[in-house]
Amino acid sequence: MTTSVRNSGKGGNSFTSLLIQLRTFGVLILICAFFGLMAPNFLTYGNIPILAKHIAVNAILAMGLVFVLLTGGIDLSIGSIVGLAGMVAGGLIYEGIPLNFLGVAVYFNAPAIMVLALLIGMAIGFANGWLITKFNVAPFIVTLGMMYIARGLALLRSNGATFPNLQGASEHNTTGFPVLGAARLLDIPLSVWITAALAFFFIYLARKTPFGRHVYAVGGNEIAAKLSGVNVDRIKIRVYMISGLTAALVGLIVTSELVAAHPATGTSYEMNAIAAAVLGGTSLAGGRGTIGGTLVGACIIGVLNDGMVMMGVSEFWQTVIKGIVIIAAVILDQVQAEIQRRSAMAKI
Amino acid sequence: MEELVLEARGITKRYPGTTALDDVDFDVFKGAVNVLVGENGAGKSTLTKILAGVEEATTGRILRQGKPIRYSSPFEARNHGVGIVFQELNLVPNLSIAENMFMAREIMRNRFMIDHERQESEAAEALRRLQLDLPPSTLVSSLGIGQQQIVELAKALHGDVDILIMDEPTSALSEQEVKVLFEIIVDLKARGTAIVYISHRFEEILEIGDYITVLRDGRLISKARIRDIDIHWIVREMTGEEEKPPVPRRKSLGGALLEVNHLRLPNFSGGYKVNDVSFKLRKGEILGIYGLMGAGRTELLECLVGAQPDATGQIVLEGREIASSRVDQRIIDGFSLIPEDRKQQGIVQTFTIAENMTLASLSRYTGRFSISSAGEGRAVDDMIRELAIKIGSKTHSIFSLSGGNQQKVVVGKNLLTNPRVLLMDEPTRGIDVGAKKDMFDIVRKLTDEGLGIIMVSSELKEMLTIPDRVLVLNKGRLTGEFDRSELSQATLLLASGSK
Repeated sequence: MTTSVRNSGKGGNSFTSLLIQLRTFGVLILICAFFGLMAPNFLTYGNIPILAKHIAVNAILAMGLVFVLLTGGIDLSIGSIVGLAGMVAGGLIYEGIPLNFLGVAVYFNAPAIMVLALLIGMAIGFANGWLITKFNVAPFIVTLGMMYIARGLALLRSNGATFPNLQGASEHNTTGFPVLGAARLLDIPLSVWITAALAFFFIYLARKTPFGRHVYAVGGNEIAAKLSGVNVDRIKIRVYMISGLTAALVGLIVTSELVAAHPATGTSYEMNAIAAAVLGGTSLAGGRGTIGGTLVGACIIGVLNDGMVMMGVSEFWQTVIKGIVIIAAVILDQVQAEIQRRSAMAKI
Repeated sequence: MEELVLEARGITKRYPGTTALDDVDFDVFKGAVNVLVGENGAGKSTLTKILAGVEEATTGRILRQGKPIRYSSPFEARNHGVGIVFQELNLVPNLSIAENMFMAREIMRNRFMIDHERQESEAAEALRRLQLDLPPSTLVSSLGIGQQQIVELAKALHGDVDILIMDEPTSALSEQEVKVLFEIIVDLKARGTAIVYISHRFEEILEIGDYITVLRDGRLISKARIRDIDIHWIVREMTGEEEKPPVPRRKSLGGALLEVNHLRLPNFSGGYKVNDVSFKLRKGEILGIYGLMGAGRTELLECLVGAQPDATGQIVLEGREIASSRVDQRIIDGFSLIPEDRKQQGIVQTFTIAENMTLASLSRYTGRFSISSAGEGRAVDDMIRELAIKIGSKTHSIFSLSGGNQQKVVVGKNLLTNPRVLLMDEPTRGIDVGAKKDMFDIVRKLTDEGLGIIMVSSELKEMLTIPDRVLVLNKGRLTGEFDRSELSQATLLLASGSK
C-alpha cells in the first residue's frame, strides 16, 4: 500500500515518510492482532511456523515477480512453472530418465535434480523475455501463452498422473528430496529461511546494484533509460529469468512438502503473487515497488487466508474478502499518492 | 473580393511572466489565403489558438462580419464558422474516415444508434469536394499522410465552416501531396472560404498566399499583399534587420574529433529521414544544426548516439571508426545525447535527482557488485556544484525542480559519462531566460576542455550566437554550411525553407 516506499524516507519530512513506509506494516499488525483475538489458536508457538510456511511460498513467488512488475511487465506463467518444475523433479526422482531401448533408467541425485528444475524455470523465463523483447509482443500475451505451454508440458510429463512417494530410493541415490519441504532449523521451516535469505539478496539486488537501478529506470521511463545507455532488452530478459527461477524454486518446495508431484500444482499462484506485490505498493505501470513491501503484502494475504480459515469463515466468503482487501488497498494507495503529489506541487 | 470575414482587434495575451501577444490586429479576407508568419516565439501559435477558440485573449476583440463575437472553445468557434487543422494530425487510426469526420458530433438515427448511412453519404460528398476518391468507410490507418491531411480538412470544414485555419499543413507532406493540397486550397478560395495559413516555407507562401501578416516578439510588424513582396521582404520583416551576428568566439579550435560520412536513415514510408549527410567536427567546436520541423535534425543526433538501429554510414571518432550500434556502447565510445523532450526522454519521473543524474554512468561508481553510495554521492555533489543546480536535497524527486534545473540534471547525467561529443537536441526548450544563459555558459566552458558539441535548435537567435559553424538540413539533406562569420538569419531561413 505504499507507492513511494522507495522514494519516501529519503527526503522530506522524515516522520511523515516513516509513517507512510510503515503503513502497510501497520495494516499487517492490525490484521494479526484481529485474528489473534478472534481465533485463539492463531498466534501460538505451534501455528506461527505453519503460517510462515504458507506465506513463504507466495512470498518467494511474489519477490521474483516484482522485478518483472518493476519493469512494467507481467508474468502470468509463474503458476505453471511451479507445476512444471515440480513435475520435472518428481519425475526424475520417481522414474529417472527411462531409456527404454536399453531397458534401464538414468537417475540423478537430489541436488542435481533441484538444480535442473531451477534451470528449466530460468530457461522458460529467458524464453518469455526473449520473445517479449525480440518480437516486441506484450508481456501479458507472451506469458499467457507460456502459462498454457508450461502447464501442458507438466501434464504431458505424466499424462496427467501424480508422481507419488518422492522419498527417493537409496539404490538410485535419489533420496533427500523431502528435506527441502520438511526440514526445520531452530524450529523454523527451511522454506522460511530460504525466503529470508532471498529477501536479503533481492533487496541488495534492487537497491545496491546497477542491475536493480536499471530495472527501476526501465519501468520509470523506458525511453530515457535507453537513451542513458541502459540495455533495456537485456534487463527485461533477466527479470523474467528471475521470476522463472523463483517459480521453479517454489515448485520444488511445494513438491517436497507434499512428497508428491501433481501437474495441476501452482494453478492461479500467479494471481496471489500479483496480489501480494500490489498490496505491497508495487505499481503495475512499473517503476514503483519494493521487495520489502512485497514481502509485507505476501504476509497480509497469508495471514488473511489462514486467519479466516481458523475463524471458520466460509471459503467462499474468504475469496470475496480477499478481493475487497486488494481493491481497497490500491484505492488507498491512489488517494495517498494524490495527496503526496498535491503537497509536492504546493511546494514548487 | 476584399470582404473582411474576421477581424482580430487589439489582441493581447499575457501568460504568467510573459506577454505572448501585445495589441495585435489581424485581418481575415473572404476567399483568400491569409498568411501568418513569424519566428518561433513570435506569437503565431498563440494567435492561432485564440482564433480557433483553444485559448482566450487577455484583452481584445474578435469581429465576425463586423459584429463582435466571443467564444472560448473550439466547439464554439465552429459554431461561428471557424475551423482549424492542427499541425499534428488528430485522427483515430482504427476508425473509418466517416467515423473520424463525425467524431463527437455523430449523426444519430435515434437516441442510441449512429446513422452510419447518413454519415457516410455526407462524408462521401465532403471527400468528393476535396477530390479524395475513397469510400468513407476506409480505415484512416490505411491512408497516407497526405490523405489523412485531407480527411482532417474535411472534418474541419464540415458544417458551415467558412474560415479555415491551417497550421503548417505541409510540414509532413511530400511535394506531390503539397500540390494536391494547393489545388484544394484554390478550390476552397473559389467557393469563398477564408483560409488562415501558417507556414515557415517562403516559396509556398508566395505561391499560395494572398495577404501576409508578420509577427515578431508578440507584436504586429507589417501587413502586405503577397503580390507586392518577395522572400527577402519576408525575412527582413520577420527578423527585424539584416543584422550581423555578434561575431566574437573566434577561438582556436582543436584538431579533428569526429568525422561522419554518408550517414543515412531510411524512412518507413520510403525515402530517407537523414539522406547522405557528411560533416566534420573539431575539438572544442560547437556545431549548430538548423532546419525546419521534419528536416531530420533529431534523427541525425539519434543516429550518432546509436538510437537508430537502421542508420548506415561511417562514423569516425578521434581516428577510430565506430563499429558499435547500441546506445550503451556509443556512450562508452564517447557520445552522449541530451534529448529533445525532457519529460518523455530525458528524465525518469520516478527517480530522485541523484538517481537521474547517475543513471548513465553507474558503472563508474560500481565496485565488484554494488553501487558505492559514497562514490555516487560525490559525483552528484560535484556536478550540482559545477552546474550550479538549485536543489533542496539530491534525494528529492526530480519533479521538485524547475524545468531549467531539471534540464541541468540531464546535462549533468550526460557529462558524468565523460563524453567526447555531446549531442544537444533543443537544450533550451521550455526553460526560462536565466537557465538558458546558464546552459550556454556551461556549453562554452565545456568546449574549452576540448569537448565537441553538436547542437540542434529551432531558435534562430541561438543559432546565430552560440555555434562556431552551422549546418542546415532540409528534408534530410544537408543544404547549407555556414561559418559563424557568414551567418545571418536570412541565410539560415533561406537554406532551410527553400526546396
